[in-house]
Amino acid sequence: MSKTYHLTAPLSEADVVQLKAGDIVYLTGVVYTARDAAHKKLVDLLDAGQPLPFDMKGAVIYFVGPTPPKPGDPIGSAGPTTSYRMDSYSPKLINEQGLKGMIGKGKRNQDVIDACVKSKAIYFGATGGAGALLARQIKSAEVIAYPELGPEAIRKLEVVDFPLTVINDTFGADLYKIGRAQYEVF
Amino acid sequence: MREIKYEDIVKSVKDMILYSATNLPKDAYKALETAYKTEKSEVCKQVLKQILENADIAANEARPLCQDTGLAVFFIKVGEDLKVVGGSLKKAINEGTEQGYKEGYLRASTCHWDTRANLKDEVGYNLPAIIHFDIVEGDGLDIEYAAKGGGSENVSRATVFPPAKGRKGIIEYVKQVISDAGPNPCPPLTVGVGIGGTFEKAVISSKHALFRELGSKNPDPVLESMEEELMVLLNNLGIGAMGMGGTNTVLGVHIEKNPCHIASLPVSVNVQCHSSRHMHIKL
Ligand code: SF4
Repeated sequence: MSKTYHLTAPLSEADVVQLKAGDIVYLTGVVYTARDAAHKKLVDLLDAGQPLPFDMKGAVIYFVGPTPPKPGDPIGSAGPTTSYRMDSYSPKLINEQGLKGMIGKGKRNQDVIDACVKSKAIYFGATGGAGALLARQIKSAEVIAYPELGPEAIRKLEVVDFPLTVINDTFGADLYKIGRAQYEVF
Repeated sequence: MREIKYEDIVKSVKDMILYSATNLPKDAYKALETAYKTEKSEVCKQVLKQILENADIAANEARPLCQDTGLAVFFIKVGEDLKVVGGSLKKAINEGTEQGYKEGYLRASTCHWDTRANLKDEVGYNLPAIIHFDIVEGDGLDIEYAAKGGGSENVSRATVFPPAKGRKGIIEYVKQVISDAGPNPCPPLTVGVGIGGTFEKAVISSKHALFRELGSKNPDPVLESMEEELMVLLNNLGIGAMGMGGTNTVLGVHIEKNPCHIASLPVSVNVQCHSSRHMHIKL
């Protein structure tokens, strides 16, 4: 049975180990945006032994490249982008830097799923293509690194009751496999 | 010879882009409502509810439905007896595209294939548009526009089969493409299939097939029966809305055919996510 949780980011280990694939989470607090270009820069910094532009411990990263905000709005439409493009970077951030949550859409590879088990992190799905609805739950946005990347810059977001579904939990379960197996007709 | 003003084309294209970005077409909205009503999985029902609510918010508040406002794709039929005055047709389409994407606060997503640098300053805001021209009889100007996001393009596939593969081979191929795509292209999907012609003709047909109204019937009875068979097979995959496991994976399957070379059977599958931003105008 899927459960519903209200959690606050940054996330603790206790927050994430209770979650199971298929659970609904309404997330409030601070979330950082990053797509592939920003992930590459973050990992390059780590390889060069440099500090990161934000504290990764307990952090939640949202894979999103929003539309430009209209005057007066904190952000434009802001739904998730396809996550596999971050697969080669996420395990390092989870295992070495304490990243606790990722928000995106679509399948992750086994390395990411393993890292979520080993170092206790969650991959959350948000509804792709629901950019106008999701933007309503984002109360503020501030570019904190790489403004030259435009929509791909790293932004610090404050979100309230951001609606998520747990896809990969800390036990190695994958909702995309479990859910489909339940409804596939041969 | 009929004359049409360059500025009028620019304005029509701009208006089309602005409207499309924030208004889900009626056929797609209706198909999603049906999916919501029939969906057996609770998780997917919630997702479909969010998708419908998103469409309402987008239309009421003039906000883009999705942050991926796509590359601008056009299919344009130009009558031989039509003359554009004050500039070229191709330029007018590109200028209308740039104005629409800028004014609507839509995302500029075109980039260099290698450096991945955004082309908004070098070439133009979300330019170049992808334009497929066709010259036809008469003096009309027929414009079909789609905002095509990356998620569903990334899972689209094409191949050239030996003719012996036939109908069965095509059906298996489409099923495999959608099965492999899983949650990534934001289901529920519209699946465009192009059969025949040369390699590129099949691909272009599969994209054009996405413009047909959802819920409409294919005029070709063989293709109609293939579409019906595929609808059942693809929904039986169990992928569901956003891939979370459910009974509604596709909203429609649209097939276009072309005559083939005697040696080949090209097949292309172009996937459309639920944010099906398509529009058609005649000037
Ligand atoms: S696949 Fe479609 S709905 Fe999903 S993020 Fe891309 S454009 Fe938006």
